[in-house]
Amino acid sequence: MKSIADLEAIRQKTLSKVNLRREHEGVRIVVGMATCGIAAGARPVMNAFIDEVGKRNLLNVVVAQTGCIGMCRYEPIVEVMRPGEEKVTYVNVKPEMAARIVADHVVNGKPVVEYTISEAE
Amino acid sequence: MNELSLYILDLTQNSVTAGAKNIRITVSVQPESDRIVIVIEDDGCGMDEAMLARVSSPFTTTRKTRKVGLGVPMARQICEMCEGSFAIESKVGVGTKLRMEMRASHVDCPPMGDLAQTVFALVAASGGGTDFVFVYAFGEGRFEFSTGELRATLGSEVPLDTPEVLMWIRDYLKEGIEEAGQSNDQ
Repeated sequence: MKSIADLEAIRQKTLSKVNLRREHEGVRIVVGMATCGIAAGARPVMNAFIDEVGKRNLLNVVVAQTGCIGMCRYEPIVEVMRPGEEKVTYVNVKPEMAARIVADHVVNGKPVVEYTISEAE
Repeated sequence: MNELSLYILDLTQNSVTAGAKNIRITVSVQPESDRIVIVIEDDGCGMDEAMLARVSSPFTTTRKTRKVGLGVPMARQICEMCEGSFAIESKVGVGTKLRMEMRASHVDCPPMGDLAQTVFALVAASGGGTDFVFVYAFGEGRFEFSTGELRATLGSEVPLDTPEVLMWIRDYLKEGIEEAGQSNDQ
């Protein structure tokens, strides 16, 4: 059973790493979470990315959300922004794809081309 | 959308978009009276009367990318289909309060779905800019979750979106919601 007291331990453990996180400009993973995205399945997709980032304890990666970007038929849409690189847009994303996108693209810098919008079009 | 928890996620996004600093979500499932009541309150920018009058129309949106906004009209429709009611009160500069009610056993009433995932997604994606209070009542059972309380324990140096904290939040929500549901069986 989880209790609020666990957070104190996590706090102590994390304190040493926090500076590290702030020093680097990180990668942003942005999930479309408007009505269209949610209806298409964005919630499990977003949670899969948070899981993957958590499992690997990637402190310089932020998972965030955005509204509708006007391409509802391609939802769930996930954008990955690595500092200094062009934004990559993944479309029709499923939770199972999160592991590979995080491993190949977020960590190793190689976009997963077959999941991108250019392949879908 | 096929889960009430997805409607809650979608409608709460409106509060986030309205720049709310505090959002309170109350979900009450009462098997005895056969009612489900969902209330979402925020201290966001609010709406004026003209906007409030139009907000249930599918052709009302604040977005620039397209001309339709389906979140509120779909929520209203589901309430009205299920012998319930739907109401929004709002005041510019004060905030908005949205209330959904339906008959739990109505054939068209969607299942609650994964509430923990909904609250988790909201907290994780807010980037720490919004405080959430989530209250879940199931019969006699009750679970309350407050990001303000977590923040007080974690201090300012450890943000809520630290991976390890997020994993803890996810499990805490799941356990709390399950326990509130089970406490009626004893």
